[in-house]
Amino acid sequence: MPLACKTRPANNSALLLAPWFLPADASSHGPALDHQLLLNLWIALSLLALAHLILLAGLVARRRAEATNLWRIEYLPLIALATLFTTLTIKAERLWAATRYTGASLTALQIEVTGVQFAWYFRYPGPDAAFGITRPQLVAPGEGNPLGLDPTDPNSADDQVTSELVIPANREVDLRLNAQDVIHGLSIPELRLKQNAVPGQTIHIHFTPTTPGTYAILCTQLCGLGHYRMNATLRILPPDQFTAWLASKQKAATP
Amino acid sequence: MTSIRSKNFFKTYIATTDHRTIGIQYLVLALISVAIGTLLSLLMRIHLVWPTWPLSHPILPEDYLAIVTIHGTIMLFFVLTTAPQAGFGNLILPAQIGARSMAFPVLNASSFWLTATALLILLSSTFVPGGAAISGWTAYPPLSAVPGAGPGQGLGMDLWLVSIALFAIATTASSINTLTTIIRNRCHGMTWERLPLTVWGWFTAAILSLIAFSVVLAAILLLLCDRHAGTSFFVPNGDLVSGVIHHGGDGSPLLWLHLFWFFGHPEVYIAILPGLGLTSMLLANFSHRKVFAYRTMITTTLLIGFLGILLWGHHMFVAGLNPFVSSAFSISTTAIALPASAKVLSWLATIWRSKPQYTTAMLFSLGFVSLFVTGGLTGPILAQPILDEYLHNTFFVVAHFHLIMAMAGVFALYAATYYWFPLITATTKHPGRLMSEPLGHLHFWLTLIGAYAVFLPMHLTGLAGEPRHYAQLTGIPGPGGSLSPTGLLLAQTIPLNLHITYAAIFLATAQLLFLFNLFRSLRKGQFATSNPWRATTLEWHPAMNPFPPIPASDIPVITVHRAPCHYESTANGDTSLPQWTSDPVSQISIEDTTNAKPE
Repeated sequence: MPLACKTRPANNSALLLAPWFLPADASSHGPALDHQLLLNLWIALSLLALAHLILLAGLVARRRAEATNLWRIEYLPLIALATLFTTLTIKAERLWAATRYTGASLTALQIEVTGVQFAWYFRYPGPDAAFGITRPQLVAPGEGNPLGLDPTDPNSADDQVTSELVIPANREVDLRLNAQDVIHGLSIPELRLKQNAVPGQTIHIHFTPTTPGTYAILCTQLCGLGHYRMNATLRILPPDQFTAWLASKQKAATP
Repeated sequence: MTSIRSKNFFKTYIATTDHRTIGIQYLVLALISVAIGTLLSLLMRIHLVWPTWPLSHPILPEDYLAIVTIHGTIMLFFVLTTAPQAGFGNLILPAQIGARSMAFPVLNASSFWLTATALLILLSSTFVPGGAAISGWTAYPPLSAVPGAGPGQGLGMDLWLVSIALFAIATTASSINTLTTIIRNRCHGMTWERLPLTVWGWFTAAILSLIAFSVVLAAILLLLCDRHAGTSFFVPNGDLVSGVIHHGGDGSPLLWLHLFWFFGHPEVYIAILPGLGLTSMLLANFSHRKVFAYRTMITTTLLIGFLGILLWGHHMFVAGLNPFVSSAFSISTTAIALPASAKVLSWLATIWRSKPQYTTAMLFSLGFVSLFVTGGLTGPILAQPILDEYLHNTFFVVAHFHLIMAMAGVFALYAATYYWFPLITATTKHPGRLMSEPLGHLHFWLTLIGAYAVFLPMHLTGLAGEPRHYAQLTGIPGPGGSLSPTGLLLAQTIPLNLHITYAAIFLATAQLLFLFNLFRSLRKGQFATSNPWRATTLEWHPAMNPFPPIPASDIPVITVHRAPCHYESTANGDTSLPQWTSDPVSQISIEDTTNAKPE
């Protein structure tokens, strides 16, 4: 199956080679997730084939007296299925626990993501490593302040707000998700990542990108008429290029 | 003369409290709804792949979302909830338990007219300024709570909420009626264990309706208060929508998600439970066999209902819950795979080496089994939060629920229509009619092929990352446009989406065959004998058959002597032993499969 695209090059051409299956993975937790998904799909396909084979064979074969053995026909297969589903659930719970039960490490790169009808904004805290206060009254996208940063808060002075998400490869990233107006869904297929951004709530999600490249960020929670065009671009850069990008952003912001 | 006739027409078909007429009223309502819902789905499919056809300009994004919303609402509420539960429930349920009527005839009629009003209100929302609601059938706030959040979220959204509120009241009343009828009106000898599995399906679905619809009614009232009475149940303080800041209380959108899905998940079981029961009964009927493991099937029906109210959180794995909560809901969701699998095993065992009679009703029941298995097997995949993190709100989910709920549900409705058509068409003047079997066979095969051709490829576009509710797949605006990573990701699904659209047109066109068969058979169908399928359940009792019913005083006392689906093999082939025949051929016929000794 086209999961060979795990070692896909960092451009989008490979997408077109395998258009009807999973896009390439670019995160450290992705391979295990893909493996679990493929395992599940194969099991589902096998059970599907088995059930239809039994159905058709039973229809074609000559009539016999009806079966009566409840244990053999009903309970033993059920025990087998229960064992199978329990195993799959335990495997899935372990993967879920590994990615979600604990927070990001303290050295993770902090980025705030805000969903707004119909755009994503990304905020880097700057050298002071602290996000400034935002106020809905100050939101003014036309004046370059789409998040409503409070200029009187010293922490906000060095905050960088961008419309693309740029992160370094192989460093853990801690995203804090907000929504300004309605519920949005942050989805990065190549990072095997999906999390709703809910107004009034800050939700943390962490991951480690691996493969440098340019990837899609979508909205996957119906948020209004522009839902389909609420997208952004993710760029995963080699660490040195990321440092250079961040420095250039900060330089441009300094008056 | 005309006035008297029209008065009679009004009395017989409109202001009636006769449960069978009410059943037919519900079925007509569902037929109109399903026609509208199907046309809307075709509009969506055509728009996605040929945006400029047939109109010179594409459907606007807000209109596309309004179509999505009405399609989902109308199909789930006005087709899959009304037709099996209220439609066939009214038409068949009393007869199947040997009752002469439903427990509360006036309440029954009020429920129908309330439902019809709800449908009219929903449809009328299309024509108000701003158009119909655009927030999907799940209506997540703040999008649904703030009128300024988009076109359609003003008056259109209010009408949507009022429509669903009325529907919830009607369904709650209707389920009280169903429950009371089953508990109080069973005839002599109809013990709980002798109840046909269809009745168990209606019974369990009615309990779920009672619990679920009362919760959604409360949630809608809270949302209406948020919209018009200045409360803040679902909107947080400082929420900024379209330049307006919400002040006041600090509510949580997640509260709506909990309330809605506490209703929403049982709702999909309400849609499918009668179909599960019907499939068991029809497979047994046409295999001339007992339902394999009858008591276990009663238990699994109740278990599916019980577990069905404990797993709403699997819709919220990415919604912002504590990750431990997702783990718990993941386990309860996977658990429901077991009673569902038990049903499949029973169906397979019932038809195993039975050389069944392939009537159209039987074919649709076999199709139901196939679709239930195919759609069901992706359930445990979506129940794993780690996989849902990739698959949530992609077309993989759309494929899953359309196969198991929409297609399987519709197959059960088709099976019911072909099977019970004589009971729908019987009058005092002539016996019931049959639908054309050759046309029915053709209809079945085309529908089965069409259903798989539409929904199997959706799994693949979902795996490729295609999200739901996207009004456009090409020409995405924004930086990079169609050449942006998102534009490329969506554009690569176009070849498969083209195929899906062709298949959807094929599937919808094939249903014209059903409509033709239906309307032709209503007037010209072959007359049926009083028990054309050699069924064993009471709705085929000769005294139950004439329509409208003979006066109550003339109905003989009906007594039930055995569980349904008893067939005896004799030298002349097998004979059916209806539940009402008093002739006790042997004591064995009273025993259940579960009592039978192992081979």
